[in-house]
Amino acid sequence: MRRVILTIAGTVAGLVALLSFKSHGMSVSPASAATTGGTSAASSSGTSGTSSSSTTTVPGEFPMGSLAGKLTAGETVVTGHVGNTVYGPVQIQLIMRNSKIVKVAVLEQPMNTIHDIQIGAFAFPKLIGETLTTQTAKIDSVSGASYTSAGYIASLQSALDLRG
Amino acid sequence: MTGGGRAARLRHAEHVMGTVVSFDVPACAGDPAGEGTLGQAVRWLHWVDATFSPYRDDSDVSRYGAGSVSLAQCAPELAEVLEACAAVGALSKGYFTATPGGRFDPSGYVKGWAIERAAVLFTAAGSAEHSVNGGGDVQCVGDRGPGQLWRIGIADPLRPGTLALVVSGRDFAVATSGVAERGPHIINPHTGQAATDLASVTVIGPGLTLTDAYATAAFAMGSGARDWVESLDGYEAFAITSRGSDWQTSSFGAYLA
Repeated sequence: MRRVILTIAGTVAGLVALLSFKSHGMSVSPASAATTGGTSAASSSGTSGTSSSSTTTVPGEFPMGSLAGKLTAGETVVTGHVGNTVYGPVQIQLIMRNSKIVKVAVLEQPMNTIHDIQIGAFAFPKLIGETLTTQTAKIDSVSGASYTSAGYIASLQSALDLRG
Repeated sequence: MTGGGRAARLRHAEHVMGTVVSFDVPACAGDPAGEGTLGQAVRWLHWVDATFSPYRDDSDVSRYGAGSVSLAQCAPELAEVLEACAAVGALSKGYFTATPGGRFDPSGYVKGWAIERAAVLFTAAGSAEHSVNGGGDVQCVGDRGPGQLWRIGIADPLRPGTLALVVSGRDFAVATSGVAERGPHIINPHTGQAATDLASVTVIGPGLTLTDAYATAAFAMGSGARDWVESLDGYEAFAITSRGSDWQTSSFGAYLA
């Protein structure tokens, strides 16, 4: 059997959409994706700062909140749209170097119950680790069962489109 | 083009036909709202949506399905699509139909056809290397770049967010049918029930129109799809069953990246 388990950036958003998160009712307007060059800050989000509660309430060895101010030379930031999943808003930020993802930050994730926090603590570190370790498997596109327009935001393809 | 590398590219994601169509095309294709090839392709897809959507009361498909207009009163492309659906239906032993669940809905054919024709627009405009992905069904034209194959990840339906495997190739189409997120199930026309043997089936072939229609038929067919795709010249398939095992047709391995 030649099945290879690979994971890329969209994974983080993808899995979030599948977990039993409950919407925390946060009102988030869609932000446009932006890529910034060099060490400048990500510019697109109208929701920056909304991750502050995440920083203090979710345990785990993974970055929460924007990494835009912590870049080293040669790194660029790609900030995803806010995906308004039925479980609540999700927003992912990628730090790229030489077209490879070197870090993934979670700017938004649905959580306002104990249940959400427990799932978040379990899922995000694992997924971010997989994202980084499998980055070498470069792909151009993803084939899979059709997603709706709303589901696209949580799809692997949307991460590829953002990567450019 | 610099140093034998890849020419400047343009990525665009267009929300249309209830999904998102992603373009990977030469940068010279222009603006999606402009007069260039990308603009033409985007307008084509929206025209297809307006004409063929079963969710729009004023589409030709809805009006024809309701019996309020004759085929002659519809866009001529509808007759073309109906004829093609009948041909795929015959070839697939009735597992493909333009009336899944009893309602007139040729979407199982229209999406792949619309995407392949969008890709052809770029070829006609002089592009030798581009791809168009319509909601997970991909048409790749030419090479990815000089000496490079296109690499397409196949989503694992049982481990969402991960890939089951990666295929690579040039001038090929990759279509996957499965149970979409909150979307309609694929009906087995012979039983009227949702097909349940497979979690997903991916078909690879030369053009997305038939490749996508065959993937839909194969999913409805279930366990019988393997022998059926083997019988189709130029097509290969990979499936993950509902129980988590998988199978592939005899020459599918040639595409494994």
